[in-house]
Amino acid sequence: MSEPLFPPVIVGAGPAGIRAAERLVAAGLRPVVVDEAARWGGQIYRQPPDGGFTRPKTALYGFEAGKADAVHRAMAAIRDRVDYRPRTLVWNCEAGALDLLSDGASETLPFSNLILATGATDRVLPFPGWTLPGIFTLGGSQVALKFQGCAVGRRVAFLGTGPLLYLVAYQYLKAGVEVAGVFDTTPFAAQARATAGMLRDPATLAKGLLFVGWLRAHGVPIHNGVRPVRAEGAERVDALVWRDARGHERRTGCDAVAFGLGLRSETQLADLAGCRFRFDEADRAWLPERDGAGRSSVAGVYLAGDGSGISGADAAELAGERAALALLEDLGRPVEAARVKELDGRLARIAAFRRSLSAAFPFPADWADAIADDTMICRCEGITAGAVREVARSGQAREMNRAKALTRAGMGRCQGRMCSATTAELLSRTLGTGPDGVGRLRAQPPIKPLPVSAGAERREVA
Amino acid sequence: MRERIDCDVAIVGGGIVGGSAALFLRQAGLSVTLLERDWCGAKASGVNFGGVRRQGRPLEQLPLSQRAHAIWGRLPELLGTDAEYIRSGHLKLARSEPDLASLIDYRERTQGFGLGLEIITGEEFRRRWPALGDRAIGGSLCPEDGHANPRLVSPAFARAAARLGAVVREQTPVDRVEKDGDRFVLLSGDALEVRARVLLNTAGAWSWRVAEAFGEPVPLESLHPNMAVTEPLPRFLDVNIGVEGGGVYGRQVPRGNMVVGGGRGFALDADRARPQRDAVLTLMRDAAELFPQLRHAHVIRCWTGVEGYTPDRNPIVGPSRTTPGLFHAFGFSGAGFQIGPGVGQTLAELVTGGETPMPLEPFRIDRFTPTA
Amino acid sequence: MALLQRVAEQGRRVVRFTLDGRPVEALEGDTILTAMLTNGDRLRRTEFADTPRAGFCMMGACQDCWVRTEEGERLRACGTFIADGMRLLSGGEWTS
Repeated sequence: MSEPLFPPVIVGAGPAGIRAAERLVAAGLRPVVVDEAARWGGQIYRQPPDGGFTRPKTALYGFEAGKADAVHRAMAAIRDRVDYRPRTLVWNCEAGALDLLSDGASETLPFSNLILATGATDRVLPFPGWTLPGIFTLGGSQVALKFQGCAVGRRVAFLGTGPLLYLVAYQYLKAGVEVAGVFDTTPFAAQARATAGMLRDPATLAKGLLFVGWLRAHGVPIHNGVRPVRAEGAERVDALVWRDARGHERRTGCDAVAFGLGLRSETQLADLAGCRFRFDEADRAWLPERDGAGRSSVAGVYLAGDGSGISGADAAELAGERAALALLEDLGRPVEAARVKELDGRLARIAAFRRSLSAAFPFPADWADAIADDTMICRCEGITAGAVREVARSGQAREMNRAKALTRAGMGRCQGRMCSATTAELLSRTLGTGPDGVGRLRAQPPIKPLPVSAGAERREVA
Repeated sequence: MRERIDCDVAIVGGGIVGGSAALFLRQAGLSVTLLERDWCGAKASGVNFGGVRRQGRPLEQLPLSQRAHAIWGRLPELLGTDAEYIRSGHLKLARSEPDLASLIDYRERTQGFGLGLEIITGEEFRRRWPALGDRAIGGSLCPEDGHANPRLVSPAFARAAARLGAVVREQTPVDRVEKDGDRFVLLSGDALEVRARVLLNTAGAWSWRVAEAFGEPVPLESLHPNMAVTEPLPRFLDVNIGVEGGGVYGRQVPRGNMVVGGGRGFALDADRARPQRDAVLTLMRDAAELFPQLRHAHVIRCWTGVEGYTPDRNPIVGPSRTTPGLFHAFGFSGAGFQIGPGVGQTLAELVTGGETPMPLEPFRIDRFTPTA
Repeated sequence: MALLQRVAEQGRRVVRFTLDGRPVEALEGDTILTAMLTNGDRLRRTEFADTPRAGFCMMGACQDCWVRTEEGERLRACGTFIADGMRLLSGGEWTS
């Protein structure tokens, strides 16, 4: 088997990317690791910036401190055997090469093999007032605390669903911040039912119960089956108005709202790399296809971690290593069969647990029906729900890209990251198709804003 | 069971030419079926730069272009939307004395076509467009040219035609087309058969397939103009900008985004194309040089499309030379957006009356065939 | 009024910058987002509605936290660190 022309490239230095790099280094390769952050760790194990931060990892990562530390150490141990490119945005993938942006300059990086470990961000649906200052995603609220030692407000309401909801509320409470309440969109009964399935992973279940217990013990009201009505405030949020499970409208004063409905994968690079996508019922999203080992539909392109389907940090570590082993196998390198088998077994168990978790924190699909026509759905372009419904109702748009072309929803700076879940729900519900019936937004380069000045600042490949 | 539609005119391709032809034919009372493989106006008609420009066209295109200009002036009445069309003026910049001389020459040659070109240089040029920096020494302004949102305009023509009773079928590829006696027969899979007295071939970059089916091979090449758009910026530019000698062009939309074009993307396959990295970066460099306001701006999206180009960069417009009842209109070579509705109206005229005052000789389909 | 509240890590070196011309302080290792929102309650005003925004995702996805400097630069506040002498603006550039 001939050696590949270029070193393998890993995009993302979170748990998946780091474990992939570690495995490739162990096989004697020198991968390039490209990451947008200044320090490795990804979002979940994000490290504080350099310069004067002193909290220990137990304070930053709680129960996960051991895992975070292990991941950080793994990368530190191979630091001089990888070509590590922090503070580097991958803005394009084209014809066997990535385009990078760092320090304002663009550089083209060819690859023979590529592992995409691009991670995820919060999935959101809109409600009136959701763009007010003081309203952040759950993940963002956690970043503020972990990465900056800041709370997003003095009195914070936690709204949405998913494991992050209770975790971040708990972390805020422990940091001494007043938690105005946890407003869970999931009905209590659904959560109780799903708990049985979560017994597959007692440790995770125990943590979840502990968060809830801790919050209750400290007098934090927890409400199930909630729907947001609106956020109030002129220049910043000063209250969350919500509807309880019995349909009564209630108002909770707060100066911040942390909000999210689970996570959504960052799939743009997989799309530009030409990967085939499929609709995933559990994630309610189009995801790049990957086999159990992380192979995409494109030879030489591998997918690992939350960037190609939400399965959490533990799975990301395993999947990163598994994708690296697949890459090595495909290069004709010897790989340890027992290790492959072990990883496959553990990944399968996590996948089963994830299904229970999805059941415990279901996507509140009816929320989309309740979005008023004048509610802004696209933060970038200021497009309303009514505009999207109108192009669907009038027969002008039967899929996502057409709706984007006609309404501009998803056309702004974020390329639909924040609105495409909403647009898909609005379109599919207006048209009466399933959520898979309206397609997905095509990725377009640059996948994040690219300074015009980079055109004159091209760096030759080292 | 296969659905069968009998009509006067079948149109293959729902871009701005096919869509506008359908509209004008319906206005004339003919029954029309428009078949579009994708969504109407989703290909080159809908993803082009959005320049609505007569200036710079070869003289032989100007009668059609002037006719189109009149239609653009009636957009709200015809389409029920202005589709963000603005008569902002089109300013073609000269970066050197020879370029300026060439603009002056163009103005002389186009006297009488009604473009109303004004050459503006020196202090007046700086005073009127202080934002343009030092790269240009002057320019030629066509005051009634402008720009529009192609994503809105082009689908709107087919939609307006449908409102007037045209049968518009999207997601309907034409797999076979032939003539059976005096009727054209178009098949879309097993689902649909359309029979029509007249066939309009307005399928853009894919039109060669229809032409070839009737023994008229054409040297049509697919190319992919490269576009980029910035985040919204405070308004600094009120005209649509081109450059003598080509290279880069730009317009700022009322929302503030700057749309720039230049260079070429690449084909993913016969139907899809992507911007090309070198073209994107070169375009960004050239645009920043031309528009200093872009110095700190960001490109938020790039795109391209699939457009049919002819060897002489003039379109093919007019009757088939082999098959009575067949009319072609394609190969606009990157400049079909403005002229499109004028061509659509001309096709409708040819179908309904058998003749047109528009000079179509330069656009004959057989002009590339070596004469025997 | 500050939007973000410091709850830890307050022993870092002070960084001085200006916000809408007003001299203010942040801490080394603050992102521009943190620096601005511990001194005020917005990062920018929107282009189309002139409404205030203060970021959203804090991890470089939502692109809602682009801010301007007096020099005309545009920086993504959640992913750029504050530095001494920065001159940041939080007003709209559209209505002035």
